[in-house]
Amino acid sequence: MSKMWHKNRLQRKKSSIIAVMSVLFMACVLARPVGAAEVPLKNASFMPLWGSQAQFAGYYVALDKGIYARHGIDLKILKAGPGHTPTQALEEGAADFAVVWLTTALLHRAAGKELVNLAQIIQRSALMLVSKKTAGIKTIADMDGKKVGLWEGDVSISPRTLFANHRIKVREVRQSHTVNLFLRGGIDVTSAMWFNEYHTILDSGIDPEELNVIFLRDWGMNFIEDGIYAMEKTLRNDPALAAAFVNASLEGWRYAFEHPDEALDIVIKYMREDHLPANRMHQKWMLDRMRDLMMPVNPQGSFGSLTEQDYEAVGRAMQRNGLIESYPDYSTFSWKPDAQEK
Amino acid sequence: MLKKNSIVTKLVLVIALFSSVIFAVTLGYNYFRSRVMLQDELESNARNLAMSLVNRVETQLTAVAKVTEGVAGALETSKYTEPQLHSLLRATVENNPEIYGSAIAFEPYAFSAQSRLYAPYYYRENGKIALSRLEKSYQFVPYLYWDWYQIPRELGKLEWSEPYFDEGAGNILMSTCSVPFYEEINGDKQLKGIVSADISLDALTEYISSVKILKTGYAALLSRNGMILAHPMKGSIMNETFFSIAEARQDAYLRELGKKMIRGESGFVHYTSLVGVRSWMYYAPIASAGWTLAVVFPEAELLENVGKLSMTMAAMGFTGILLLTLAVIYIAKTIIKPLQLLTVATDEIASGNFDVDLPIVHSNDEVGVLTHDFQVMQESLKEYIKNLTETTAAKERIQSELKMATNIQASLLPRLFPPFPNHPEFDIYASMVPAKEVGGDFYDFFFIDDKNLCFLIADVSDKGVPAALYMMVAKTLLKTEGQRLGEPDKILFSVNNILASDNESCMFTTVFCAILDVTTGEVRFANAGHNPPLIIDSQGVRYLSLKPGLMLGPIMETVYETERVTLKPGDTLFLYTDGVTEARSRKDDLYGESQLREALQLAPKEELSDMIHCISEALVRHAGGAPQSDDITMLAIRMTKDNASMNHAGKGG
Repeated sequence: MSKMWHKNRLQRKKSSIIAVMSVLFMACVLARPVGAAEVPLKNASFMPLWGSQAQFAGYYVALDKGIYARHGIDLKILKAGPGHTPTQALEEGAADFAVVWLTTALLHRAAGKELVNLAQIIQRSALMLVSKKTAGIKTIADMDGKKVGLWEGDVSISPRTLFANHRIKVREVRQSHTVNLFLRGGIDVTSAMWFNEYHTILDSGIDPEELNVIFLRDWGMNFIEDGIYAMEKTLRNDPALAAAFVNASLEGWRYAFEHPDEALDIVIKYMREDHLPANRMHQKWMLDRMRDLMMPVNPQGSFGSLTEQDYEAVGRAMQRNGLIESYPDYSTFSWKPDAQEK
Repeated sequence: MLKKNSIVTKLVLVIALFSSVIFAVTLGYNYFRSRVMLQDELESNARNLAMSLVNRVETQLTAVAKVTEGVAGALETSKYTEPQLHSLLRATVENNPEIYGSAIAFEPYAFSAQSRLYAPYYYRENGKIALSRLEKSYQFVPYLYWDWYQIPRELGKLEWSEPYFDEGAGNILMSTCSVPFYEEINGDKQLKGIVSADISLDALTEYISSVKILKTGYAALLSRNGMILAHPMKGSIMNETFFSIAEARQDAYLRELGKKMIRGESGFVHYTSLVGVRSWMYYAPIASAGWTLAVVFPEAELLENVGKLSMTMAAMGFTGILLLTLAVIYIAKTIIKPLQLLTVATDEIASGNFDVDLPIVHSNDEVGVLTHDFQVMQESLKEYIKNLTETTAAKERIQSELKMATNIQASLLPRLFPPFPNHPEFDIYASMVPAKEVGGDFYDFFFIDDKNLCFLIADVSDKGVPAALYMMVAKTLLKTEGQRLGEPDKILFSVNNILASDNESCMFTTVFCAILDVTTGEVRFANAGHNPPLIIDSQGVRYLSLKPGLMLGPIMETVYETERVTLKPGDTLFLYTDGVTEARSRKDDLYGESQLREALQLAPKEELSDMIHCISEALVRHAGGAPQSDDITMLAIRMTKDNASMNHAGKGG
């Protein structure tokens, strides 16, 4: 795993003096803690998309292992979940950094908010539509007239777009953050994130063989989710802080994947602190799936970066479906910490 | 101490081994049957226990469900004003201590056209009944989208929610019973809202947790999703489902078991419990809420008593087998000891000491009988050996006497050859081989005067001692009468009369009696029933034709006739008894007269002794090992060719 990341990094720095650059980079990284000891840490705040869970393992691990501190940041992870909206927190200045979905970010961008993508964590959409095999739903078209559970908000942009594209009408039921409505048969289809609700269903005694699953990404809706965002203003004020935050966060993720048991311990510790039920197997599943989702999909991609290809695909799809009138240039929207560091 | 092949060792081995095997099988079967019996009993005990717990939960749930349904029914049948609604709800909570809180939540604009949402909630707080407005207290997600509202709404029926922790109520485990209520508008049933009643599960789960089964057995409660509600693993409560534990343990069986449980099945299974102990579990559904109640009996504790009993039995059995072995050794030794003594004694007997004392056995068992039999045998053997010794001594005496008789008989016949060295005119040679120690055949030759040599051959009827005695008489008579009378016919006549006069034993003898004039070679002879002799001359070998004559002994006054034949120099007269011609081979073939003649033709003629020995060997060959049945006697006489000897003889005569 680490070898691959190392390779990717080297690929980014294609030059004849790769070795020299690497040495410089390593020196830079190693020098930082020494500096950190002398220079007071910069305060920064970060809001995940939801309460503490392995979906955000990288940040909790980076915080717990002192990676942020090593990068000169005294990070505060803000409470998230119901009643807390990352975009709102960013726009109001309550948070310096936040996890936001690409679709949400583009909608806000279209509304004139200057959100910038610092890193793209999830490289493949994890959103899926799950139904029991007994319902006989194998394709999107089969969902016509069925009760489909959709989450409130931007989360349901891709399924709604897909239903519109297929010219089918589903009976939308707003679903809560439990899967009980689906389990009890209150709805035929439920929205689920692969790393979370899908496993909750499995852990409620339904076998994968008893389920039909449709990944939105397989139906042209690869509306990639979690990315790290900041306001353009924040970046202008302290680009080094943003770069340090992104680098520290990605390092946290790498550490989490290299030490999954330790990462789970850390995540569960934070969950306990937040009085959230912490099921280790569930968090393990989540961490494993996050790893799957974070792997770069195509050769152009690299760990933690938004490819122009993915960006354009989402932007075009949203534009075509009338969700946004236009979307910014890739270079405007996607900010590269590496470029800043250099 | 014990020999490898000793009966004691064998007995001990076989008995100890077999009794051990029988005991082990018995013990094993007993253990197995006890287990099965215990298991059968356990199943019904477990079922009863589970059912009593299920009933307890059901009673509470049913009561609450009834109340909730009652409120919903009331709302459907009559129109309630807001104060009436509040007093109904308040009374519901007040009058039902098991209900923690109760809400009537309306569909949007179903309560009044002015306000979208309306949901009063009465609940207990510090011993008092408090009011809360859910449309306000649910800040971020309206009550419309909570499970307790949404599920019964979508399903249109009473639902018990998945248990949850209610932080507002002091973090107690709750479950909500929700019942939809409807309004009929133009015959169309339209949902108006949901009546809900919360109950605390803490008392229930505490009660279930307090159930003690054996030492570490327990009762557990699972939700419809398999969530652990009551279990000794406190950390798992409301955190782990049966399936997440199965996943963590990678235990497919546990997952299947969990699926059966949440499907509302009941069963009795042998499995490894969530606390990792091999156990028996009975599980049964709490039908109204779709939960599952399980009672778990750790196998080891369950079988503890059976195990103890088995160990005790094993110890008893082991001691028993040990005692049995000792008993077998003792009994075997008491049996073996006289046998060993007997063996020593019989060894002595075997080596020839018949006077050894046999061990004294007082018991009447087989060994006693055996010892007694040995005693009898010893006595019999002693007696037998004594008899045998005596008989042998007697036989040896007779044997030696017979040997002497043989010697005497042999010494009676002239055995020195040549018998008359001063008579070279003739050669004579004879031999007698008796079939028994003493024979009945005899020959004799003696001079009657200077020139007349009497020679004869005889065969007494019968063989052995009587024949020998008779032969003695006959030979003595023939010799005395021969010297006295000098003519063959007279000699035979006289001897016959003597023998026949006193012949009570009815014995008889054949005799060929001849007198040779050694100067002329003329032979005068008479025959008393004897075989015809052979003449070997220049013409070959031929039988002498004789006038028949009766044998000596049976009839008085028998008359014999003298015949004559002249032996030229070199001619031989060969006399024999029927032991020659009637010699038997192994196949019972007789030697016969023709074979004798042929043998004589081939026999060496130079020396008479060689001729006779040659015939003897021919007879031995003919017999081929068959026992000699009759005395074999031969006599040959020849006139010598030597003139000088004739002259000398003449001078001598």
